[in-house]
Amino acid sequence: MPLLWVLRDVLALTGTKFGCGIAQCGACTVHLDGKPVRSCLLPVGTIGARAITTIEVIGATPNGAKVQKAWLDREVIQCGYCQSGQIMSATALLDAIPNPDDADIDAAMAGNICRCGTYVRIREAIKQAAAEAQAS
Amino acid sequence: MIPERPGTYSASALVPERGSGLSRRSFVKLATGTAFVLGFHVPLRNTSGAADRSRYAPNAFIRIDRDGDVALIIPQVEMGQGIYTSLSMLLAEELDADWSRVRVEHAPADEKRYVNPMFGIQATGGSNSVRAFWKPLRQAGASTRACFVEAAARSWGVPAEECRTENGTVIHDRTGRKSAYDALVGQASALEPPKDAPLKDVSAFRLIGRPLKRLDTAEKATGKAKFGIDVLPPGVKFATLVASPVLGGKVVHVNDQRATAIPGVRQIVVLDDLVAVVGDHMWAAKSGLEALDISWDDGPNAGVSSDLIWSRLREASLREGAIAKEVGDVERTLGSGNASSSDVMSATFELPLLAHATMEPLNCTVHVTPTFAEAWIGTQVMERVHAAVAKAAELPETQVTVHNHLIGGGFGRRLEPDMAYSAARIARHVDGPVKVVWTREEDIRHDIYRPAYHDRLWARLEGDRIVGWKHRVSGSSVMARWLPAGFQKGVDPDGVDSGADMPYEIPNLRVEFNREEPPGVITGFWRGVGPNNNVFAIESFIDELAQKAGRDPIDFRRAHLNKTPRLQAALDFVREKSGWGSALPARCGRGVCVQTSFGSFIATVVECEVGTTGEVKLRRVTTSVDTGIAVNPDTIIAQLQGGHIFGLTAALYGEITLEKGRVQQSNFHDYRMLRIDQIPPIDIHLIKSDAPPGGIGEPGTTAAIPALRNAIYAATGVALRRMPIDRKLLAGSK
Repeated sequence: MPLLWVLRDVLALTGTKFGCGIAQCGACTVHLDGKPVRSCLLPVGTIGARAITTIEVIGATPNGAKVQKAWLDREVIQCGYCQSGQIMSATALLDAIPNPDDADIDAAMAGNICRCGTYVRIREAIKQAAAEAQAS
Repeated sequence: MIPERPGTYSASALVPERGSGLSRRSFVKLATGTAFVLGFHVPLRNTSGAADRSRYAPNAFIRIDRDGDVALIIPQVEMGQGIYTSLSMLLAEELDADWSRVRVEHAPADEKRYVNPMFGIQATGGSNSVRAFWKPLRQAGASTRACFVEAAARSWGVPAEECRTENGTVIHDRTGRKSAYDALVGQASALEPPKDAPLKDVSAFRLIGRPLKRLDTAEKATGKAKFGIDVLPPGVKFATLVASPVLGGKVVHVNDQRATAIPGVRQIVVLDDLVAVVGDHMWAAKSGLEALDISWDDGPNAGVSSDLIWSRLREASLREGAIAKEVGDVERTLGSGNASSSDVMSATFELPLLAHATMEPLNCTVHVTPTFAEAWIGTQVMERVHAAVAKAAELPETQVTVHNHLIGGGFGRRLEPDMAYSAARIARHVDGPVKVVWTREEDIRHDIYRPAYHDRLWARLEGDRIVGWKHRVSGSSVMARWLPAGFQKGVDPDGVDSGADMPYEIPNLRVEFNREEPPGVITGFWRGVGPNNNVFAIESFIDELAQKAGRDPIDFRRAHLNKTPRLQAALDFVREKSGWGSALPARCGRGVCVQTSFGSFIATVVECEVGTTGEVKLRRVTTSVDTGIAVNPDTIIAQLQGGHIFGLTAALYGEITLEKGRVQQSNFHDYRMLRIDQIPPIDIHLIKSDAPPGGIGEPGTTAAIPALRNAIYAATGVALRRMPIDRKLLAGSK
């Protein structure tokens, strides 16, 4: 059973979203030991002792909080359905690359589809969050 | 000074947020007892009814609660367009409310109280929310404010005219008296709200025109926001379905032996035209569905293919359509119909069927009992969903409650109640509430698609002026199905929107609509609706006419727009901001589009590069818009940025095709979306205006497609006549 359905339907953690079921859209992105994974294809039995972090608590991490703040400061969000996954991918990016350039952002975020087309602001918000993380 | 920070968002469609039947312990067991899950917190919502909280409800849109909060009941649904905030601003502006105390609620299904005056039904679409409610909501705010003023004046024994209001407080400067609205509720509720309370002059606006933070986004950034797909009523089961792969087909036989053996599968529901599996969670339902062996009778549409749809449409386009607009003498100017005179140009343009592919797949949660039904959904048509659930449950509408939720993308798909009807039909066979979720594959294959269009245009130039114009739109009529009263004398007003009222001054002009319904699919509204087609055809053709006239595309357009100065101004602005006319590298081009759709005046320039293999790379998008008073300017910019990307996605990739009656696309691998690495800088410039607001949710989409097409034309000389872009036609060009 993929982790996505355990989170959503068993644990009532509905912040992680179902979008495609085939790891094409990134709406279901969570962190597994801090690395972004698509929970729609991740069998829960393979997780073992590794830590899962979801959108509900990513704000408790320094980069997660900065990303969420930047998302609101830049008014990234429209319908919001994909944004849990976007924020999880962006946070993982900043964890791995504190000061990403455009190519880093492209590489890290191209797996996350936003149908509302918030990409321009996602890019700006990641840069803002990175700048604030550097400053702090 | 009103603080520029949002009030707290609070959903009214409250459901007790409980887990499903399985406990955390059973998850730990599933997860081999070792997974460490962070974030078990699910926020509890206030579950008391609105009536319990209310202290004062002077009209359908405003309620002062016992805790002093100002609840604004928003008749239009939030699907990303920022309407909760924009409409709240209209109410709060005239109410002079304390913005920090504003709370937003979804309006319930109630066609009388929450009708959209531009549709005549309770619906959100057509980029008309602000336009439709610009006056009624400000009037509701002003009328309520007048009651507070009158109440304060009476208690102070001063003339009401001497009082002013600010930030939720009535103030009498001469005596230095002040009273918060909250303290005046008792007296105000004894007063009859006036129907004609005066509205503020534009210069007095304190909220309207400021880029206020959205009220709905804080919870969307933390995963706490509840979309329809997130509801979990106590005891809910989970279902997914497969509908007949061919429209109109029927279930013949279902072998469920393997499916029922799957752990967590509870029930197989077999209906006439669909099969659903109900389980303890979506995974059980999905696995069960995949294990079913279903035989179908494909029915009368088994032979439908895209070739058939297109050949019928092209054939239909040869006949004359119903006349939507006629000016001057078109026959004489253009010759007889399909004129062959050398200075008459003609061209045909085509747009394909498209799916909406909202990020939140179709879903609806329904609980049907013999005496009542309850449904949870995010929908653009509350009352139609209400009626659909009642019909499926065979209950009177008074016994049916619908809770509306945030919408994970609408784009027109949720202007239809079909998903609620299917879910309720399934729920009739299920004991307790059931959440029915479409897989992405089912969502794409059973969409209600954007119509395919075939447009024929003729025009005659005299020098560099267009003197004759004929535009024949052929396609299905969404209006005839969706709002039949709107389809009169063979003309679909949406089908000719931005065509019959196109902005160019041409002395002899005819616009026709030619209804031709495709077999095997149902068509519906899709972001940009009719103008998508008309603006694409007109703006593409205009570029070809400009070329023939030997004029610059912007100069040529401008010369035909003297009676539309707001559009000319937008065009001038975008010319300057886009760097129009400056040198570009090889195989790069700029294309322009102008339009007056949805009450806004928009000019867009797209700049692109076409690779030698035909790949199109977006370089830059620049738009200037006069949309009247910009209620929340940042939202307008966001809608245009996103609208452009929606249109560019369709231009580059979007097409639904059929074979043997079956839709061939199924998920994001074969129905592609633009991704962040393909997105160029997008600059939006707002032109200041005191005119009433225009619509903004859709014109970004309609503008982007022809602007890109024209950029490719400039880069390669290839005049594309059909979307999506056919890379083969561009490979090796110029």
